[in-house]
Amino acid sequence: MKILLALLTLLFLSSCASSDIWGWYVIDPTTKNGWINIKFLINGMGNTILVSLIAAGFSIALGLLVALPALSHRRWLRIINRIYVEFVRSIPLLPMLFWVFYGLPIIFKSMGLDIPIDPFWGAVITLALSDSAFTAEIYRSGIQSIARGQTEAARTIGLSYAQTMRYVILPQAIRRILPPLANQFIYIVKMSAFASVIGMQELTRRANELVVSEYRPLELYTFLILEYLVLVLIISAGVRWLERRMGADERN
Amino acid sequence: MTDKKIEMIDVNKWFDDFHVLKNINLTVKAGERVVICGPSGSGKSTVVRCINRLEEHQSGVIRVDGVELTNDKAAIATIRSEVGMVFQQFNLFPHLSVLDNLILGPMKARGLSRADATDRAMHYLERVRIPEQAGKRPAQLSGGQQQRVAIARSLTMEPKVMLFDEPTSALDPEMISEVLDVMVSLARDGMTMIVVTHEMGFARKVADQMIFMDGGEIVESGPPEPFFTAAKSARCQKFLSQILQH
Ligand SMILES: Nc1ncnc2c1ncn2[C@@H]1O[C@H](COP(=O)(O)OP(=O)(O)O)[C@@H](O)[C@H]1O
Ligand SMILES: [Mg+2]
Repeated sequence: MKILLALLTLLFLSSCASSDIWGWYVIDPTTKNGWINIKFLINGMGNTILVSLIAAGFSIALGLLVALPALSHRRWLRIINRIYVEFVRSIPLLPMLFWVFYGLPIIFKSMGLDIPIDPFWGAVITLALSDSAFTAEIYRSGIQSIARGQTEAARTIGLSYAQTMRYVILPQAIRRILPPLANQFIYIVKMSAFASVIGMQELTRRANELVVSEYRPLELYTFLILEYLVLVLIISAGVRWLERRMGADERN
Repeated sequence: MTDKKIEMIDVNKWFDDFHVLKNINLTVKAGERVVICGPSGSGKSTVVRCINRLEEHQSGVIRVDGVELTNDKAAIATIRSEVGMVFQQFNLFPHLSVLDNLILGPMKARGLSRADATDRAMHYLERVRIPEQAGKRPAQLSGGQQQRVAIARSLTMEPKVMLFDEPTSALDPEMISEVLDVMVSLARDGMTMIVVTHEMGFARKVADQMIFMDGGEIVESGPPEPFFTAAKSARCQKFLSQILQH
């Protein structure tokens, strides 16, 4: 919060000092046009948050699925996990987005499926895929940090693999998994800006559109950055709260 | 069903190219107590862990209550349901209360109702003499109490055979006897047991068969009397004289 205030003060001061490069009128809430612009920009927030939340949900499920083979004693299963993680991690987000949005429908069509991919779902799929490599690693290290003796004890009292995961390993791993997972949500929020390229109406797209009509990139992109900053600061506060809670749980 | 609860015939096991078990032959009859001792790294834990398939053997035959251990999942499940195990490090579930540690197996693996599982759990907690600790987390108990909970947890599955892998080695000296007392009373009730331990006082009291392992082999075995007083091999004599000094 302090950083935010300092930044705002700095911008305010510099705008006073040299009023010829700054034109804050584009987002001056006291003027009619400025207020309309601000509303237009902030309205992108809903989509940014929604696309990030849904993508995070898929990534959390997919990540667990990808992580499980890494914990197997079978080599080939571990190799499958490694290939997935390394492969997905090495693809830059933008090409992956293009591939999903423009390429995937063609594959669907060739299989006789008529599944259109709109910008929203294109972004969700890409973000979830890209993020799943990271969530998979978070699960893997979280689960591996639970001592082997726990699995062995569970097996000796007759629990199946699934029951061992469900009742013994995951409840213990979760407190080591949850904080980094929440942290990973910040990655998704930031990467969701790429969805602007395929035309999704989120924060970045809106700023871009306004820049085209208002010719005020400095002010509008400054505002855009501040929007992301606020969002990320809120999530970080959430992560810190979660870390404290999980830590407190561990101690009793 | 058979009189022989556990049979190991020419069992061999390798960890990669390390030959950890060499031609292990061992028969344990119903109600018999076997104590295994030997220097650290001699393969004692591995023998015990092969019996409930925490480790896989590569050659030879292991039968538990007549069922042979193979890759067959059903056979492994059957055998695990008849064999209880107590570990050196207790391996209690730290996120669950003592009671929840005990009812998890009966409820999830045996399909008992919570009420029935709780009755059973309390019965075995009384058996190990700590029913008053049912609501606590494992971390709130002493080591001796934790190990007794671990024994009770195994007993709630009503196994036919109990395996103990150095159950008192991680305990402070003053807590060893409370755990051994519970084990002696189990032995008195006729439980079939394999115990890896260096507690020779306990061994003298309960063992029907003593086994000395070294370098992955059973070097010496037999009833306690000739074993303690007239061990044949020099290695066993030396080992016994070392640990009996303490
Ligand atoms: N998972 C494993 N992988 C490789 N070597 C192992 C493994 N477990 C045990 N060993 C080795 O096998 C030998 C016997 O181990 P163990 O049965 O634990 O001996 P003990 O219980 O008699 O101390 C030791 O040398 C140990 O280092
Ligand atoms: Mg051992």
